[in-house]
Amino acid sequence: MTVAQADSSALTSLADDPQLQRKPRTYWSMALQSLRRDPVTLIALSFLSIMAVLSLLAPVIAGSIGVGPNDTNPDNAFQQPYLGPYVQWRTGQDPTTAPLMLGKSGGVPHWLGTDQLGRDQFVRLLYGGRVSLGIAFAAAALTLILGVTVGTVAGFFGGVVDDFIMWFVNTTVSIPGIYLLIIVTAILKPNPITLTLFLGLLGWFGTARLIRGNVFKVRALDFVLAARSLGTRDARIMLQHVIPNSLPIIIVNAAIDIGILILVESALSFLGLGIQPPTATWGSMLNRANNFLFLRDPETEAYLALHLLVGPGLLITLTVLALYLIGDGLRDALDPMMKNIR
Amino acid sequence: MARYVIRRLLQAIPTLLGVSIISFVLVYNSPGDPILIRTFDPNITQETREILRRQLGLDQHWALQYIGWMTGVTLRSGDAVEEFTRNEIRCNYLAVLNATFCNSGGGILRGNLGTSIATNQAVWERLVERMWATFQLGVAALLVSLLVGVPLGVLSAVRQGSPFDASVRVLAVVGNALPSFWFGLMLIFLFGVVLGWLPTGGMRTVSLTNEFDPVDRLRHLILPTIVLALGGIAGISRFMRTETLEVIRTDYIRMAKAKGVAARRVWFVHALRNALIPLMTILGPAILGVLTGAVIVETIFSWPGMGRMTFSAAVQRDYPTVLGAVMFFSILTILGNLLSDILYGVVDPRVRLS
Repeated sequence: MTVAQADSSALTSLADDPQLQRKPRTYWSMALQSLRRDPVTLIALSFLSIMAVLSLLAPVIAGSIGVGPNDTNPDNAFQQPYLGPYVQWRTGQDPTTAPLMLGKSGGVPHWLGTDQLGRDQFVRLLYGGRVSLGIAFAAAALTLILGVTVGTVAGFFGGVVDDFIMWFVNTTVSIPGIYLLIIVTAILKPNPITLTLFLGLLGWFGTARLIRGNVFKVRALDFVLAARSLGTRDARIMLQHVIPNSLPIIIVNAAIDIGILILVESALSFLGLGIQPPTATWGSMLNRANNFLFLRDPETEAYLALHLLVGPGLLITLTVLALYLIGDGLRDALDPMMKNIR
Repeated sequence: MARYVIRRLLQAIPTLLGVSIISFVLVYNSPGDPILIRTFDPNITQETREILRRQLGLDQHWALQYIGWMTGVTLRSGDAVEEFTRNEIRCNYLAVLNATFCNSGGGILRGNLGTSIATNQAVWERLVERMWATFQLGVAALLVSLLVGVPLGVLSAVRQGSPFDASVRVLAVVGNALPSFWFGLMLIFLFGVVLGWLPTGGMRTVSLTNEFDPVDRLRHLILPTIVLALGGIAGISRFMRTETLEVIRTDYIRMAKAKGVAARRVWFVHALRNALIPLMTILGPAILGVLTGAVIVETIFSWPGMGRMTFSAAVQRDYPTVLGAVMFFSILTILGNLLSDILYGVVDPRVRLS
């Protein structure tokens, strides 16, 4: 019996061993596995998914409540959240308040109260989420497309192309971005589509820089040299070898980018420069609430606008927080080297 | 060193040129009529508006307007010497080109940011008027973020893995996610409206005597400073934590520990000093952060600073003011970045500036 024969029998017995019958672990399956063991990221992911689903279902939910986002009711302005009194009514602690509130609102339960025009706060928050999340996701996609393309081209070709692109990027980065956006939005009074375009077109510089740095590293690796020596064309090398190697950075960057874009869009809407009324966005809802900080009920002396202040702000904070946490979690999951250091 | 600074300053020239072109084109290409916004008076006829538009040069091609804005020299077709010669503007007619050149003595290149079309004031004057307010707020916020952020970051590194460390890390993430305008509103509502402890806005209590009252000024400064410093605290504590953790893995710290140097001394003399060096690099971004945050914080707290002025100028379509302010902020940003690079070399001799 030769050595090879002995080996082959050993190999077959090894191959039959059920313990070794598992799929090869790829980079992505390893990342997914470490993500599964990360409760913080999972909670953040589920919060974001719930927000997205609720926003998408906004028309259905509004229909079941029986009130639209822009339905006004001047007689029922600043109604306080119905949720508390409803619970007290059902548990029998306070049988009068909740039916009274229903009577005032014409039978519509305003779970989170109403604003200065008697519009339902809960439904407006859902519709606002549609706008805020939609704009942020679309603008982030635009940012990524532009940033990855420009960054890859600059890093891959280097030389004059890189010099010119980096001059342009460094120039625009020298202008505080919020001022650029304020100028553009103050002058153009954007709708959701144009606002998305502005945010995307003015937001890709950082991504381009990041990608360029990574492409510089990847470009010098042996498999790029191998591809080149096989006569592969530049476009193919970029698409097949360079960009996939930037994918982890791109994904992590995307999550954080969406968070920043939500903050920027809300800030602009808060300043009255974003989406124009009556369309609800989280930022513009806060802009309205800002005017009623001092408003009190003449009888009970309770502040009337607190519920208008808390809702949108809390949703912005939690959504952005979730995105940042997802970004952090993905960074850990996608970068096994980094994890060992921490 | 001097050569490095000079080279960096020279590099800033094309950048600034780019900034001026980008912001000018952005503002120029926007629809909406600054003249219409300026002349609310319904008695002003269309003709008067056209004259005003012509005098301000708004009827010209954007490239000509750009050159006029940059150099203070404007070009007019035909003999227009009489029409445009005014107090400080001198015009000459060149028959060869059949054109009139007017020199206003201004222009960005000569350090003149132009004249506001909303108030007829020099833009530079308007900025200087507001600069002090923004400066106070910005310096206060930077100081607070350093004084709070650095100890938080270092201590959380010292007690890595402890509940304190965990809460500092949570604070850093939440501080980044919290929108400053909402945080500001909540603080105003709690401390200004409900409790009534602090003023809800402005720089001072308006009184007849107009006396300088340091306590009153300080009370007005507290809330905006907290809001503006929040992002800085979050960023700096996170940054200091990472840097300190990196420093304590170095050989000289191990050496100091092995020599038997007291733990406190190792941390605060050997580790802290070296962890503070990279802090210089975020000085530029920190200044940028304060300038960026100033728009929103100043707007919420009715703080009479440059950010709020730029915001209202943009809403009023006061193009010269907006452009001048953007140029000014960009210069500050570029200088801030340069300063942090230079300081980096000064505090850490290993970094060669070349």
